[in-house]
Amino acid sequence: MPLVFTLALRNLFHDRLRFIATVIGIVFSIVLVTVQMGLYLGFGRTVTTMIDHARADLWIMPRGTKCFEDPSLLDARQRYRALSIDGVAEAIPVVIGFADWRMPSGSTTPVFVVGSDPRSGGLQPWNLVEGRIEALTTPRAVAVDRSYFDRLGISGMGATAEIRQQLVRVVAITDGIRSFTTTPYVFMDVDRARAHTGVPLEKATYFLVRLSPDAAIERVRSRLLSNISDVEVLTPAEFRERSRSFWLFGTGAGAALFAGALLGVIVGTVIVAQTLYSSTKEHLNEFATLRAIGSSRIYIYKVIVCQALLSAVVGFSIAALIGAVIVHLTAATALPIVITPGLIAGLFSLTVVMCVTSAIAAIVQVTRIDPATVFTR
Amino acid sequence: MTEPVIEAVNIAKVLGIGAAQVAALKGVNLTLKGGELTLLMGPSGSGKTTLLSILGCMLSPTEGTVRVCGNSTDRAGPEELALLRREHVGFIFQSFHLFPTLTAADNVRIALDIRGEAGRGARVKAHDALAKVGLSHKISAYPRELSGGEQQRVAIARAIVGNPSIILADEPTAALDGANGRAIMKLLAGIAKDRGHGVLIVTHDPRLLTFADRVVHIEDGRIVREESGGAKLN
Repeated sequence: MPLVFTLALRNLFHDRLRFIATVIGIVFSIVLVTVQMGLYLGFGRTVTTMIDHARADLWIMPRGTKCFEDPSLLDARQRYRALSIDGVAEAIPVVIGFADWRMPSGSTTPVFVVGSDPRSGGLQPWNLVEGRIEALTTPRAVAVDRSYFDRLGISGMGATAEIRQQLVRVVAITDGIRSFTTTPYVFMDVDRARAHTGVPLEKATYFLVRLSPDAAIERVRSRLLSNISDVEVLTPAEFRERSRSFWLFGTGAGAALFAGALLGVIVGTVIVAQTLYSSTKEHLNEFATLRAIGSSRIYIYKVIVCQALLSAVVGFSIAALIGAVIVHLTAATALPIVITPGLIAGLFSLTVVMCVTSAIAAIVQVTRIDPATVFTR
Repeated sequence: MTEPVIEAVNIAKVLGIGAAQVAALKGVNLTLKGGELTLLMGPSGSGKTTLLSILGCMLSPTEGTVRVCGNSTDRAGPEELALLRREHVGFIFQSFHLFPTLTAADNVRIALDIRGEAGRGARVKAHDALAKVGLSHKISAYPRELSGGEQQRVAIARAIVGNPSIILADEPTAALDGANGRAIMKLLAGIAKDRGHGVLIVTHDPRLLTFADRVVHIEDGRIVREESGGAKLN
């Protein structure tokens, strides 16, 4: 084992209480950052879940649409124009909107209606655990997620309720389709969605465009834009990014999450800096001895940075375990904390940078050591 | 005797600033040769430690020139002085200054590690150095498990492991009893004779005179007398 590493390790473990305080500081900081960034990623995924699961090459939407939940409307004539363009195979209408769900008990709860043609496969419910998609074509049929049974006052397949004084019956049940707004999604046929949300028959919120096999996407988009007025045509990736930007940055939610993460980094840096500084101060005599017997400053810096890195590795390992538990516990909630391999790598780099930055104060202190003090200590 | 390992010419050192300035050394000339054990003696405040610090490249003189193994310390920066110490000087301190968290072997090995010598070769050298000071059975012991005399032996092993030309010792026997003090002095005298190191020892202790080839007396920042030590007379 390199002696620099041995010396750093022994310096760290020499005062176990202080080492534990350092590790707690790092763990607290990294868990806080993990939660904030995991929420950021989870939120980013959740707000685009409908876009992710829609089978479309292009989305036609009213100009100025900010996110999937934006309820502006398109006209059926715009759909016909889209269908007339060479390269457009399908333009599937999607209708969304809020509505009140009246339970058999008489109480109501808001729901978010998502209507599409079940036969075309535009925007259908996924992760079905009971029932079939085709059943949504039957009268009054809806699909709901089983995590919302309590909210909707139902117990499973065949349950009935009312939306806009019209009877609906649960014919399909999904698992894990949760809304970040906590308002339950209710999937149904597009015509029924119009009726339940008050959208006129010839209107729709989106047209999902599917291209012919040989069509060039940019060429079709350009023709759609030049033939249809007052619309925007986005690829799924562009719409996803727009929705994510709106919810994360347009609402301030992302800024709040980043502020929390920044706070975690600052707290962690200060705690690690404080403990490294006091550890260095305690071992100043040894560093002065090293300097006296001819050690370069770089050698001493290596010992201190090694101490910082060791703290980082131990702190990060514990924080990663806690993070994994948090991910598991929030997996089934409306806003799951998501940790990706990229986030793990980023958090480890952040921990290392944080700990090494924290070593600066200690390094400055060591820089001022006068080796001649060994004769007077 | 061999070539000079340290030459100090007309060394002056002023410590402190403003009204608190003190002339610690006033025109000191001193030469140390390899194979010679020199005692530097004088009362407290006479400038012994300041001179030792300058000869050991830890302090720069206000005036005068120091040459260490032919290398001038004039205008040398902190890192260049550290390099001179690392390559040419071994230090022994009154209070040992061992690393409490490292074993005896690692305490010795660190003197090689800072020179970039690591691995098995460094371990063998460290064990050899400990064997030379009679501590081959204590290589895995921590300083707290060693007596004062044994700790000073580890410090000597650390000082000689890199085979420096110069050994500078500050009151190496002050913290030891008579028997241990004599043993340490025998060891240092042997190092000077057998290995050809130039050894300079700062001390108050007149009992060490018998081990010295030369005794230099310093008072009030000046060398006032030089004489042959007991070793030479014997």
